[in-house]
Parts: sequence; C-alpha cells; structure tokens
Amino acid sequence: MRDEDVFQRNQRMQLLSKITRTVKFRRLKEKVIESFFFINGSFAVIVLVGIFSLLLIEGFPALQEIGFKEFFLSSNWNPTSPVREAYGILAMVVSTLMVTLGALIIAVPLGIACAAYLADVAGPRTREIVKPVIEILAGIPSVVVGFIGIIVVGPLLSRLFGTSHGLNALNGSLLLAVMALPTIVSISEDAIISVPREFKNASLALGATRWQTLIRVTLPSASSGIIASVMLGMGRAIGETMTVLMATGNAPALPSSFLESVRTMTATIAIELGETVQGGIHYRSLFVIGFVLFIMTFFVNLISDVILEKYQKVNR
Amino acid sequence: MKIRKRNVQQWAGFFILRLAALVIVFILVFILYDIISKGHRVISWEFLLEKPRRGMTEGGIWPAIVGTFWVSLVTIVFSVPIGMFTAIYLNEYARQGRIVRLIRLAIRNLSGVPSIVYGLFGFALFTLYLNLGLSIISTGMTLGLLTLPWTITASEEALKTVPMSYREGALALGATKWQTIRSNVLPYAVPGMLTGTILGLARAAGETAPILFTGVAFFWPILPKFPVNLTQQFMALPYHLFIMSTQHHEIVKVRPLAYGTALVLIVLIIFMNTVAVWIRYRFRKKYKRA
Repeated sequence: MRDEDVFQRNQRMQLLSKITRTVKFRRLKEKVIESFFFINGSFAVIVLVGIFSLLLIEGFPALQEIGFKEFFLSSNWNPTSPVREAYGILAMVVSTLMVTLGALIIAVPLGIACAAYLADVAGPRTREIVKPVIEILAGIPSVVVGFIGIIVVGPLLSRLFGTSHGLNALNGSLLLAVMALPTIVSISEDAIISVPREFKNASLALGATRWQTLIRVTLPSASSGIIASVMLGMGRAIGETMTVLMATGNAPALPSSFLESVRTMTATIAIELGETVQGGIHYRSLFVIGFVLFIMTFFVNLISDVILEKYQKVNR
Repeated sequence: MKIRKRNVQQWAGFFILRLAALVIVFILVFILYDIISKGHRVISWEFLLEKPRRGMTEGGIWPAIVGTFWVSLVTIVFSVPIGMFTAIYLNEYARQGRIVRLIRLAIRNLSGVPSIVYGLFGFALFTLYLNLGLSIISTGMTLGLLTLPWTITASEEALKTVPMSYREGALALGATKWQTIRSNVLPYAVPGMLTGTILGLARAAGETAPILFTGVAFFWPILPKFPVNLTQQFMALPYHLFIMSTQHHEIVKVRPLAYGTALVLIVLIIFMNTVAVWIRYRFRKKYKRA
C-alpha cells in the first residue's frame, strides 16, 4: 500500500467517526427533546389525577366523621348551628339537578332548532351573522350573566308571578340556559352538518320536502352528536357557579317548586369556604361537595365523549 | 292540494327554526344593549384610572383593571408553554396508542371540570400546600390550570393546519424531527396558537368562581409596582362586579358603578376575542397565498 492511500484511509476513518459521533449526539438530543415533550404531555393526566386525589384527601376525613348516610341522604345543611351541626347535602344536590333540568328544558329545544337552522336552512350570509353571535354569547362571563339575572330577570319574574323577589330556581334555570346554549348550538350544528349529503339527497329524490328530510332523516342521523352536545351543556350547567350564586336566592332547603329560592352545590362552596376553619369538618365537607361535583361532571362528560367517539367512527 | 299542505308545513317548520335563532340573537343583543346603554354613562377617565373611594360608592376601578392584567399575565406564563409543548407532543411525537388516548381523555375531562372545583384545588394546592398564600401568583396559576385544556386544544388545531408536506420536505433533506418542527412547523403554527391562547385568556379573565379563594380582595388599593410583587392580594374586574351587584351595603347607590364595571369587562373580553379572530383571519389569508 502506498503512503498516500494510507493517509486517505485514515482521513476517511476520522471523518466517519466524527459523523458517527455527531449522529449519536443528535440522536441523544432528539431523545431528550422527545422525553421533554412527553413529560409535558403527561401533565394533563397529572393535573386530573391531582384534582381527584386532593379533593378526596381533603374531604374524606369529614365524610368519615359525618357518615355516608347522613351526608348524602339528609337534606339538613347547617354547619354553623350552635346546637347541633348538620351536614346533609341532599337539598343542594336536588337544587343543582332541578336548576340544571330547568335550563335544559329551555336550552335543548332552542339550541337544536337554532343548530338545525344554521346547518340546514340559513343562507351563508345569515350564518356569518349568527355564528359570531353564538361565539360572543359563549364569551360573556358568567358573572355578567348573573348580573343581568339580578337586575333584569329577577324583577321581571317577580312581576310575572307576583312573588316578593325573583331570585329563584326559575331565574337560575333561565340564566343557565343562556350559558349552555352556545355549547349545544355549536356541537349540534357540527353533528348536523356532518350528516352525509347522500342521506339528504336520497330523501329529497324520493319526493320529501326539505322540512321532512330535516326532521326524519338529517336530525335522526345526527342524534348521537346532538345528545353529546346536550350532555356537554348539562355538564356546564351543573358546574356553573356565579350565575346561580347571584340569581337563585341561596336558601338552603329542599325546593318544592321553581319559584322558590334554591342553593346549589357550587353556590354553597362559593359562599362558605371563606368562612370556614382550615382543616375543620365544615371546611372538609365543602371539599366533599367539590368531589361529588367533580364525579358528576366527570361522568356526564364521559358519556358525551363515548357518544361522540362512536358517532365519529360511524361517520368515517 | 297535498303539495300545498306540505309546503305550508315546511314554511311553518322553518319559521320556528328561524325564530329560535332570532331568540338567541335577541338574548345577546339584549344583554349588550342593557349593559352598554346603562354602563356608558359612568365611563370616564376618572372611572377607569382612579381607585374606589368612600366605601366604594365613588371613584373608579383602576386597581381591578391592574389586578386582572397581572393575573392574566401569570396565567399566560404558566399555561401557554405547557399547553404548547403538550400539543407538540400529541401532534408531532406521539404514536396513537393507549397513552395518547389517556392524555386526550384527561384533557377533555379537565375542560369539563367545574370552575369552582379548580378554585378548591388551587386554594388547597397553591395557597396552602405550596404556601403561596392569598396572592396574584396563586390565582394566576389556578387560572393557568383552568385554561390548560383550551390552550392544548387550540395549539393542536394550529399544528394540524400545517400541511404534512412541510414536514416531509425537511425530513427528506435529513433534518431531525426537532429541526423539522422548529423550522418548518412551529413558524406556521404560532399565529394559530396565539389565537387560541388569547381566546382562552379572554375566558379566564372573566372567571370569578376559581379566584374567589385564592387571593382576590374586596378592596385592595395597593397596586403592584415594579419590581412586581406577585405575592400580594389584588382586585379583579369580575369579582368587583360580583361584590358591587350582590355584597355591597348600598347596592342601589352603586348600581351605576356595577354597570360600568360590567361594560368594561365585556368590552375587554370582546376586544380580546376580536384580536384573536383578526390574527386567525390574517394568518389564513397569508397561508392561502403561500
């Protein structure tokens, strides 16, 4: 072998090892970067588990002390009584469900009708006006909606029904309906739009009117998405705090009609947490209420999730 | 004859649908009209730039504006990086599988957790366990957690709009994954991420329930000065509106001030939304040309 060849070979070897080293370093760097992003990605799971466990840890001792049965089945909530403190959340659970039900009775027909209008009837120009309206409505802070509830809806209801004030379950339901509407409209609209064109065309070709097609073909085909939107709206209504805190009157008793003042679970937490002694039973029992809320909304969202996933698969 | 009946039916049906849409438009118009018409009377430089006086029956809302600003800043600093990185992981790195499904499930459920529960969580974690006390920073971080799912979703949407070919081009030239993301994906996705972030922030700025326990104050005239003291209490616009409309002892007297606060809050939020939508619009236009 000539010297020149040896020299060249050496040089080549050197270059090769340099490249290998760079590549190795690069691979390591890429691995590190990927792990960094992965750790960030798992943050959401950590937060969710964190919320779950923190509520449980903070609340569980109270549950032990009070007893499951009393806590969930008694409607007597009187944590500051000088005689005997009572921790029964039944009344506020019923209140929450009642106000939510009322909100859905108002918001579901209205929301689905509006979604059907936007998806199937309205021209592009009308859509361009109405869609931003829905978005802005979704952006109005709950405290502003509650303010309207106190100042406009309350007096209106008291005049309509002849009650001394209008801060009652009906007021809360009306406001929650406004809060839930944007969710219901936008998700239902997506569901209605994504019904395959062929379904509608087949119906129209058979001589059905557009209205008949909408009612008998399009809406039933979109039903799972619509149900999911209702569930999401329900989740929002259950967890909404400020509007009900401001507009429902906050009387902690088992309600018997929509014209009575009620106090929901969210409102109870908002009102009482600031006045409690940290670590005391009262304080801890509010965390249990938070935990119950968390579980309720968790399942409502889970159901809507399962439905949405299913319908996405069907449509694919 | 039958055809006519069907046409009437269709007309009536569509009329009802149209009515429903009109009702919703009316609700928004009514809310805006009521607040603007009664709120604009108290708006003045004095109202915007002065502290409340005489048991908050006079004066302005400047501390509440400043407080909302600082809390929002902490919210951004806390939630945007984590949200962006999570989105990058989900959209660029992760392979579809159990872990990704779990993360997505967590994100969707986080977005459904009631805001008051975030308040409880933030109070227990930040103010008590981490000993940050009743402060701007506890509140900002609580709101950061609240906005996290929105930031992630918006960032992911933005990443999805970047065409696959942009990535393939860089990868084919021998760039590593991170180089590809940094040079060929992120620059095109950032405006979209920005839009989502501002939208999330606009919602966070109007939230009241989660901040009730983490440091918002009834009356707190000491403004944070540079260097910023983030461990002090603060006033915030939505909370100010809440106390002005329910807790104040002279509720009728301060009603105009409450209207003014509501107006400022709504204008702020609609302004942020408009900016966000404008950025998205500009971005889309630019994209089409590219």
